[in-house]
Amino acid sequence: MRWMWIDTITAFEEGTRMHAVKNLSLAEEHLHDHFDGSDGLEPCAVMPGSLIVEGMAQTAGILVGSVNRFREKVVLAKISKVELDQDAVPGQCLRYEAEIERMDGVGASTTGVVRRLDHADGEWHEIGRIDLIFSHIDNNTGGREFPEENFVFSDNFRQILVAAGLDRLIDQ
Amino acid sequence: MAVISRDEIFDKIKDVLENALGADSDEITMDATLIGDLGAESIDFLDISFKLEQEFSIKIDQGELFPENLMSDDTLVVDGKLTDKAMEILREKMPHVDFTKLDEQRSVDQLSEVFTVASLVDFIERKTAA
Repeated sequence: MRWMWIDTITAFEEGTRMHAVKNLSLAEEHLHDHFDGSDGLEPCAVMPGSLIVEGMAQTAGILVGSVNRFREKVVLAKISKVELDQDAVPGQCLRYEAEIERMDGVGASTTGVVRRLDHADGEWHEIGRIDLIFSHIDNNTGGREFPEENFVFSDNFRQILVAAGLDRLIDQ
Repeated sequence: MAVISRDEIFDKIKDVLENALGADSDEITMDATLIGDLGAESIDFLDISFKLEQEFSIKIDQGELFPENLMSDDTLVVDGKLTDKAMEILREKMPHVDFTKLDEQRSVDQLSEVFTVASLVDFIERKTAA
């Protein structure tokens, strides 16, 4: 399975902010297990909070990685804050809004808001906040070496950038 | 920049550490070590550094507050011990840190003992007075 937890990029300001959208579908296998009723309760499909964090990490990670045209290996190093007020369920649409708070050669900190589209009023309502810290691992190896190839930003990320018309950000 | 008292600096640093390390307020004393007592890990130093910049409206250069990449330079660490050159560099670059706590062995493992809450307060005091 492709480990992509965003579907498309909807807003991008270089070095500043990025929005990405995730549509939740009942066809996603993980939702069948979370929760499957094995605990004796009624089965119900809820997107795991950890995957919402991953969606924000991918959004913010692309934003941070794009600053240096994806030459740096940007990895999630710390989850500074997660507050999720409501569940996300199939049929809903999430928007991850990430902003770079601070960035230097060693890493970056980002702040983020998670919104959910309310089909009733057509508005995006805030359902959570996720702040993250990313490390540029080539500059933080403590003597360890990593492969030359950028294993963080794979073809899946490239595909999302191309689909959003952001090909210019990919270092050729 | 308005002069800020040592007590005010300590209070703000306390907030930063509570936030960055999830440490309890009463654990954060001047003598508490960041790693041993407050449970900081390497990436937390980046977090602390970013948060101090915001809190005090200052710019902290890479390697200014905490040493970086010591281990990857074999002129600085030999057999797990800090060399004379390493000590010279550390003392010059980090006047906010009291290195007298290191014993004659100067093991790199001991370095975690010298980075205390007091060393952060000293660092900010120097930085905001500059």
